[in-house]
Amino acid sequence: MPFGQGRSGGRGGRGSRGDKKDKDKQQGQRRPMFRRRKVCKFCADKIDDINYKDVKLIGPFVPERGKILPRRISGTCAMHQRKLQTAIKRARQIALIPYVTE
Amino acid sequence: MADRQYELLYILPPDSTEQQVAELHEQIASVVSRLNGQIEKTDNWGRRRLAYEIGPHKEGVYVLELINGSGDLMKELDRRLRVLDQVVRHIVVRVDEEKKVVDRTRTKRQSESERRRVKRGLPPVRQPGEGRQAEGDDGDDDRFDGGEV
Repeated sequence: MPFGQGRSGGRGGRGSRGDKKDKDKQQGQRRPMFRRRKVCKFCADKIDDINYKDVKLIGPFVPERGKILPRRISGTCAMHQRKLQTAIKRARQIALIPYVTE
Repeated sequence: MADRQYELLYILPPDSTEQQVAELHEQIASVVSRLNGQIEKTDNWGRRRLAYEIGPHKEGVYVLELINGSGDLMKELDRRLRVLDQVVRHIVVRVDEEKKVVDRTRTKRQSESERRRVKRGLPPVRQPGEGRQAEGDDGDDDRFDGGEV
């Protein structure tokens, strides 16, 4: 898991501060934590048109649950996230993408 | 008023025959021509799985129509499709303005890159075999982890 390490490590280790083993483990986890610079996929690939009919393009931004993947995770820029949002909502209306999946 | 361009995408039940699809297309075409529009393109996607069940259906026949016409025409079309039982679902989207924006950004980017290249003393269009070769497809994967939530 390249990122998200800080979040998962945060709560668990705090209670047992004196435990050396735990501390070591935490540090060991933290060191190789480099975050890959996130780049907006649409800017990088020069995709101008985010179309609701293009399920292949939108698909990766709709995880299993059916929610829209937030910008902080995907790294999409604000403009493209807005366009993506309308595209996903349209695609949902016409049953190309699920609203929710249990 | 200049014509606008709209996109109409509708879903028919999966068991509808070719003839039924053609019939509905005729109906739409007649409405369109009556209100001074024209159908630019029709695209039958065929049967597709629906992402969720709509009533009894799990699959549907998707048909896409590209229509030039006025807003009143689309209003009428929308109303009619809503009434028709054979249409499981439909959506009307105006496309001309988005298309314009896309074209504009595309040409802008191209002219910009040409300008820069000329400034660097290169021919305006990228020659084959020039610069960095394609880095392979794994370059794309690095940018974005879809599964991480």
